[in-house]
Amino acid sequence: MAKMTVRAERCKGCGLCANACPKKIIEINKEKRNKAGYFTAECIDESACVGCAMCAMMCPDCCITVEK
Amino acid sequence: MAVVFERPKALCDVPLHYCPGCTHGIVHRLVAEVIDEMGIEGDTVGICPVGCSVMAYNYFNCDMIEAPHGRAPAVATGVKRTNPDKFVFTYQGDGDLAAIGTAETVHAATRGENIVVIFINNTIYGMTGGQMAPTTIPGQVTQTTPYGRDPQLAGYPVRVSEMLATLTGTALAQRVAVDSVPHIREAKNAIRKAFENQRDKKGFSLVEVLSTCPTNWGLTPLKALERLREEMIPYYPLGVYKDITAEEGNK
Amino acid sequence: MEKNLMKGNEALAEAAMRAGCKCFFGYPITPQTELAAYMAKNMQKNGGVFLQAESEIAAINMVLGAASTGVRAMTSSSSPGISLKSEGISYIAGSDLPCVIINVERGGPGLGGIQPSQADYWQATKGLGHGDFHLLVFAPASVQEMVDMVVKAFNKADEYRMPAMILADGLLGQMMEPVSFPEIAVEMPDKSSWAADGHKNKRAHHIINSLYLTPEELEKTVVDRYAKYDIIKDKETDAELYLTDDADIVVCAFGATARVVKSAVNEAREQGIKVGMFRPKTLWPFPEKEVQKACANASKVLSVEMSMGQMIDDIKLALSCAKPVEFFGRTGGVIPTPAEVLEKIKAMGGNN
Repeated sequence: MAKMTVRAERCKGCGLCANACPKKIIEINKEKRNKAGYFTAECIDESACVGCAMCAMMCPDCCITVEK
Repeated sequence: MAVVFERPKALCDVPLHYCPGCTHGIVHRLVAEVIDEMGIEGDTVGICPVGCSVMAYNYFNCDMIEAPHGRAPAVATGVKRTNPDKFVFTYQGDGDLAAIGTAETVHAATRGENIVVIFINNTIYGMTGGQMAPTTIPGQVTQTTPYGRDPQLAGYPVRVSEMLATLTGTALAQRVAVDSVPHIREAKNAIRKAFENQRDKKGFSLVEVLSTCPTNWGLTPLKALERLREEMIPYYPLGVYKDITAEEGNK
Repeated sequence: MEKNLMKGNEALAEAAMRAGCKCFFGYPITPQTELAAYMAKNMQKNGGVFLQAESEIAAINMVLGAASTGVRAMTSSSSPGISLKSEGISYIAGSDLPCVIINVERGGPGLGGIQPSQADYWQATKGLGHGDFHLLVFAPASVQEMVDMVVKAFNKADEYRMPAMILADGLLGQMMEPVSFPEIAVEMPDKSSWAADGHKNKRAHHIINSLYLTPEELEKTVVDRYAKYDIIKDKETDAELYLTDDADIVVCAFGATARVVKSAVNEAREQGIKVGMFRPKTLWPFPEKEVQKACANASKVLSVEMSMGQMIDDIKLALSCAKPVEFFGRTGGVIPTPAEVLEKIKAMGGNN
């Protein structure tokens, strides 16, 4: 069991995390903007997360926490 | 569940001003992680450049000094010589380090100043809006090379790691990239080695990081990573250009 | 007190070390060479740092780095080298860092010459770099005064957290005179509230910086600095008034030129001419009240400088142009003689 959490107010929606995810379970939510006006990343299938932290390694805004 | 990845303590908990997808943030984090792992935040002084990372003083939790454009290695020299027990690093872009600050860079290296230099090579001036950098690749379009960099007019790029590897005072000259997770791991190891070199009084350690500038390249963050891989790495091959600790190990 | 015969440049270096200067960063240039050589010989022995930089630009930025950590730092140069340092000096002023910069002036502009000059007066007092700022500028006229002023410069630079300059010239730098080094009471203020020397996990991080992207914020830092300058203008001016009480003509001169002028004044007095001398020891802040006092009873004022006339502007401003201020000077490295100055005094009607 693992979990990635995006701190949405810091996310700029660049998509580097989604691109790095081996499980392809991160998407940029085009429905929701944060206060800065960015669409932000979110995990769409928490049950599939393996906690590899590749998303967090790629995140240039350092706004992903990974638990396992 | 236990936390397996979080923001390093040496990185202040504030939003970064960088553009979406700019890899400065990744490199900031790697430096901060190394500072955390070595437990040296209270004994570290960082020097920021002029350029996109000018405000890095707001991002690193250690004491920070903002240097004039290109002069960070000289400022670092002043700090380190008078405070030899402190860890001193500079964080500089390509315009700062390889154009206006070439003399400071080369001489800090040749003196073997016991400092760490983190060098961001993204082949462009970011802060001023995308002009030709000393590292701009031939053919690359920038605001000041609108028809592509023509070496007949604008000269050739500088390969900094290769150049500094020729100097006796250089302890480490390594080029890494942050376009993928394996490369990021490699980059962190290089940064760690650079700080360990300083701890062990080995001399000048440079880590050149191939980085992206999606905004001024006119590419999406993902396309920018592709350009880094396809255009930059062939021109600026990754690798260790000099490592005196490896040479010492071979003896 | 024991006196040593010393060259001005060497005395500057010795005084700096005694004042607690822990590092010297410089680049060779005539006519300040002996200063760096003396530092190279002695600084390390005294537990300090001497480093020959790759350029004047690098040297001043090494000073910036060392000063940022709270260490007493110094650099020295001569006119063309000071121009190169001006970028760093502006950053040092904008970052509120103390340091001491020595200019052993030579003739200019450009590469100029290597003989004494005072043509960097404007640069030192009005524009040593971009932006609104000042340095403390001290003008010694003897080797002993060089010693005393270096100590004062370090103390005042620390007190006000700003750069200080000793504006000397090639004549003083090369001159040998007996000097004594008084037991120096080194005032070392506590810099722990701002120095960037590692927070030891005991405080928030310190940032040494001169960048403020919000205009109002930048304006406030400059206005606050100018409030400090007002205090300095009030408290820190210094000048020598020589035979000015009854003087009809007051000759103004600073540095080595004042020695020439004093000879001329003495000769004029012997000839019955009522003349005196005003010598500013601080060029910034300029001793306005002192020059007003010196010229209170004079009908005419003369400024003698080793330049085409720069300090004369400050004299006119201080006197609100209420009295005629004439000029005599030699430039390009030519030193005016007492006879020339006396002739000028007489030409101004000084033997009436």
